Amino acid sequence: MKTIILRTASNYLLPILLLFSIFILLRGHYLPGGGFVGGLIASIAFVLHAFANGLKDTKKLLKFHPGFLMPVGLALAFLSGLLPVIGFDEAFMTGLWMHDPIPVIGSIGTALFFDIGVYIVVQGVTLTIIFTISESA
Amino acid sequence: MMQQLLLYPLLWQLFMSIALMFAWQHINIQRVMSIVGSAVGLVFSGMLFYKVLVYGTQTIQAGGWEAPFGITFVADTLSATLVLLTSIAGLAVSSFSSASIIPARLRFGYFAIFHFLLLGLIGAFLTGDIFNLYVWFEIIIISSFVLITLGGEKAQIEGAVKYFTLNILASIIFLTAIAVLYGLAGSLNMADLAVLIPKIENRGLVKVAAILFLIGFGIKSAVFPLYFWLPASYHTPPSAVAAIFGGLLTKVGVYALIRVFTLIFVGDVLLDEILIVIAVLTLFSGGIGALVQKNMRKVFSYLIICHIGFMIAGLGMFTELAIAGAIFYLIHDIVVKTNLFMISGIIYRIKGSNNIKSLGGLYKEYPKLSLLMTIPFFSLIGIPPLSGFWPKISLIVSSFNTQNYLVLGAVIFASFLTLIVMAKLWSEVFWKNPVDLPKREHFLYFNKMTTTRKLQMLLPIVFLTGVSLYIGFGAESIQQLSTRIAGELMNSQQYIEAVMPKS
Repeated sequence: MKTIILRTASNYLLPILLLFSIFILLRGHYLPGGGFVGGLIASIAFVLHAFANGLKDTKKLLKFHPGFLMPVGLALAFLSGLLPVIGFDEAFMTGLWMHDPIPVIGSIGTALFFDIGVYIVVQGVTLTIIFTISESA
Repeated sequence: MMQQLLLYPLLWQLFMSIALMFAWQHINIQRVMSIVGSAVGLVFSGMLFYKVLVYGTQTIQAGGWEAPFGITFVADTLSATLVLLTSIAGLAVSSFSSASIIPARLRFGYFAIFHFLLLGLIGAFLTGDIFNLYVWFEIIIISSFVLITLGGEKAQIEGAVKYFTLNILASIIFLTAIAVLYGLAGSLNMADLAVLIPKIENRGLVKVAAILFLIGFGIKSAVFPLYFWLPASYHTPPSAVAAIFGGLLTKVGVYALIRVFTLIFVGDVLLDEILIVIAVLTLFSGGIGALVQKNMRKVFSYLIICHIGFMIAGLGMFTELAIAGAIFYLIHDIVVKTNLFMISGIIYRIKGSNNIKSLGGLYKEYPKLSLLMTIPFFSLIGIPPLSGFWPKISLIVSSFNTQNYLVLGAVIFASFLTLIVMAKLWSEVFWKNPVDLPKREHFLYFNKMTTTRKLQMLLPIVFLTGVSLYIGFGAESIQQLSTRIAGELMNSQQYIEAVMPKS
């Protein structure tokens, strides 16, 4: 599948898809979207890059094994749930929010960090599965 | 922060599996972490158990949303006891697996998945929301799929396919039942359902939902017509995995049956009769199945099925004494079945086989170890004063009281069958003259292990045997505990009020 059109396009598509995935992640709290879909879109970006340039190039681009993302994301999600227990003596997973919304991103709360955790885990899982399959194929 | 003690056993297992994933390739670190972590988990569960025992039922509304809307976690005495037992079995199996499972398997994240399984089990025992219960069941079966296929031998995959198919079917039926229930009552909180369900006029549909729950949980707890997946799959994974499966997985199904049929669907005579018939048939078929098997772990698998019947019988008779008997049996069974599978694992590591025809002479070679193994064997049969004896008294007395002579006969017959099976096992494996087995190459034999590894395999068996002995000799306190649990289950009002305090 090493055609020049796909290769050129994928170079431009990778950053755009990644940006789009972050947009989907951020709008997810009240509107359709969120960490899961965002993570899938971000992994699609890397899969497309792997299709166009080969698995080796994508791995070089990523610098580390995608499996490492799984515990990182899980830890982030876990800590965002744990924060109210440790810091504020509230029940596990209680949503804590900052008073003033930040421009572009919007209000920041523990739910956002949970979603980012999901976003990272989904990328880790999807990329691990797809890389393993395409390595053995 | 001690307000939230209820969730700590749960959160600790999640923390453990995340931490273990960070140490993916370093299996020596993982071994230490898992054993130490399980010990800490046991401390948390012990604290929760103590708190529930002293202060009564504990509840937490996760996320801070009020009861019928948010997800509730409830620890009444039954849940707290089962969480404690899960942690005890978890600690034992964690130590046992760090020695008995070959490094090639450990390297695929065995310990991380193992702690995920414990997370699912503890979550299932603690949740107060029926849909959340489904989610924990999913976590349990997904992690058990990984554990059962880890290593990828042909026999394992074959067993896993059967296990997978029936358990997914059970999940679908369970989910359908939840959907029907939600359509009827408009709530998923178990305490809320306990209030709403008796008021529903469409009794037919309620009965349908109850039967669907019975089938779904029936597959999971391996009762009479639905148990085929269990003996087909439990002898394939390493013994440490089989130990945690045999000790706890079917018991989650039993727990769910007890919870649903004492809290939500109460006072249905037809249902109780169905439960009794199922229990009797389970006792018969499991016992007879165990008689003809040649593989030691298959024998134990059939005995699991057989002894599930005792608990279902107690639930079916539905008197306080009968349920106390069922709970006592549940407590005894978790410890003893975990121990049995670990014993089969140690015999496998000594001899290189689990076929009782080709084993023999174990008593001659390892007299002390054999004597240690007799204690769980005798507890399993129910020889007084060991742990299996006491719950059977409660069951037999209450079957006299409720005039269920069928149950009476089945309980005695199944105990007798267990005795025959264990006597046969003992004479074949321990007393018979040793059979010359071919030496297997690249096999981790017990006497070639280092002393630390040997201890890691032996100490869990000693530990669980000690727990069994305590259950047997301290039967009075366990009987009080199960009577208290049965009282709480029969009078669901306190559970409902603990979850939804009247404002």
